[in-house]
Amino acid sequence: MKRFLLRRFLANDSNEPFVPNEKFQHPEVASELVVDHFNLSIDGSPILKDVSVTIPANKITCIIGPSGCGKSTLLKSLNRLSDSIEGVKTSGDIRLGDTSIVNCSESDLVELRRRIGLVPQRPTPLPMSIFGNIAYGCKIHGVGGRRQLRRIVRHYLKVVGLWDEVKDRLHSPAVKLSIGQQQRLCLARSLAVEPEFILADEATSALDPVSSKIVEDLFVKLKEQYSIVMVTHTLRQALRIADYVIFIYMGEVIEVGDAQQVFKNPQHELTQKYLSGAIS
Amino acid sequence: MKKSIVKEQFARLLMYLSILIVLILVTSIIWTIFSRGAKCLTWEMVTSLPGGGFYIGKEGGFLNAIVGSLYIVLASTAIGLIISVPVVFFLNVYLKTKSKLAYVARLAFDVLFGIPSIVYGAFAFTLMIYFGLRTSLLGGILVETLLIIPILIRSMDEVAKNFPRELLEASYSLGATRWETMNVVMRQIAPGIATATLLSVGRSIGDAAGVMFTAGFSDTIPTSLSQQVATLPLSIFFQLSAPQIEVQNRAYAAALVLTIIVLIISLLGRFITNRFSKHNLR
Repeated sequence: MKRFLLRRFLANDSNEPFVPNEKFQHPEVASELVVDHFNLSIDGSPILKDVSVTIPANKITCIIGPSGCGKSTLLKSLNRLSDSIEGVKTSGDIRLGDTSIVNCSESDLVELRRRIGLVPQRPTPLPMSIFGNIAYGCKIHGVGGRRQLRRIVRHYLKVVGLWDEVKDRLHSPAVKLSIGQQQRLCLARSLAVEPEFILADEATSALDPVSSKIVEDLFVKLKEQYSIVMVTHTLRQALRIADYVIFIYMGEVIEVGDAQQVFKNPQHELTQKYLSGAIS
Repeated sequence: MKKSIVKEQFARLLMYLSILIVLILVTSIIWTIFSRGAKCLTWEMVTSLPGGGFYIGKEGGFLNAIVGSLYIVLASTAIGLIISVPVVFFLNVYLKTKSKLAYVARLAFDVLFGIPSIVYGAFAFTLMIYFGLRTSLLGGILVETLLIIPILIRSMDEVAKNFPRELLEASYSLGATRWETMNVVMRQIAPGIATATLLSVGRSIGDAAGVMFTAGFSDTIPTSLSQQVATLPLSIFFQLSAPQIEVQNRAYAAALVLTIIVLIISLLGRFITNRFSKHNLR
């Protein structure tokens, strides 16, 4: 029965254009993420110290730095997933446009997290079908109607280039996909709630080189419509795709700037050392 | 021979031995029940109520006990699940991992887990006297609910503890609240819920001590919550204590029916779990 409906749906409305959902509000000008004198400590030991950076819109910003320097923690603070870390204390502010992320209420947080999507390090398909995974976020925010959901699912699967691979098995479990496909599904899932920012925490580190390249190319394609913040361990990846670079060392921002300038002509001694491989 | 290989062989021998012991035990129990019960199990026995003199070997059946047991088990499992699923959700999603409350709660449930059912029965009996209640279906359901809640909570909790935190983050990052994330959690721990349910069904359907004081016994099928109700374990107990050998054999027939019911429920549970867990992140 499902298969029959699916076939009918494919035959019927595959040429209808995709319209963004009116439930999701978008600011007229793409907002920047502003981190303002932000401190974060866990059980009293400081992890991020007085971080102040502005993450530009419609660019790929790469956060680089040696292991354990606080890259991922900074990324998690950007959509307050850092709340779930035990013993965490923060001060300072992070703002998306005019809205404070650090000091917002629980109900504002829901909307903020919709505006800031996340692509995890290890692909984490929800325990549902491929269709269910992408529709999940929409359903939470009250976007209903099977027809509408199908249109959304098809559109975003096409955006991440997964449509042709999975269109015949939209109702099979998402965990049956390959790791690379799962990661693209996670990206499509984030995009389906129409965010402005996409956070990616080493989103390609668990993938094979081919899948990794596909996801990387996707990010480059997506930056026209979305602002992307990426934590990466591989300097070469940052070199390939970054427009803007934030270098963190021991919880402090050492150098910030255009990728060209930071990579070609680093100002700070520590950045030079890191780029040459002296510290890692 | 190398020492490590000897150790390996010895460990393997121990494993085979334990499997053998378990197999012998299980087959001998099933064999006893089957050999004594099957020959006197008739269709009449499972479809009719006890007639006059059933317990001294005359005609009739134990439909009252089958239906009574099913009433109590189904109702107590349903109520137990309604109470324990939110508790497990709260322990694992709302509380932090090192929370003192969670520690105390888990300890308490462990203690409750180990309390024998007769104590629950006695406790419920005292309460019933206090409130002026008589032995009834309601009393039986309540005491079995009390008995299985710790089992449900602790066995679901063990599965929920290993719940991948990334899934929570994935759901939160889409803008879901913790409550909305319950959907994801429930799907992921569905196999755990099924196992817990099967464990508690097994425990409560086979429990005689808890219902003895609280549910009473009756030769009819209750039509309201305040009536007394028969249960299979008590039916087995009464028939087994009869001096006549044919009545004793009927006890084995009742035990056989009980075993078959548990088997059917287990298979059903496994089937449903498998349907659910195909979506799970491993």
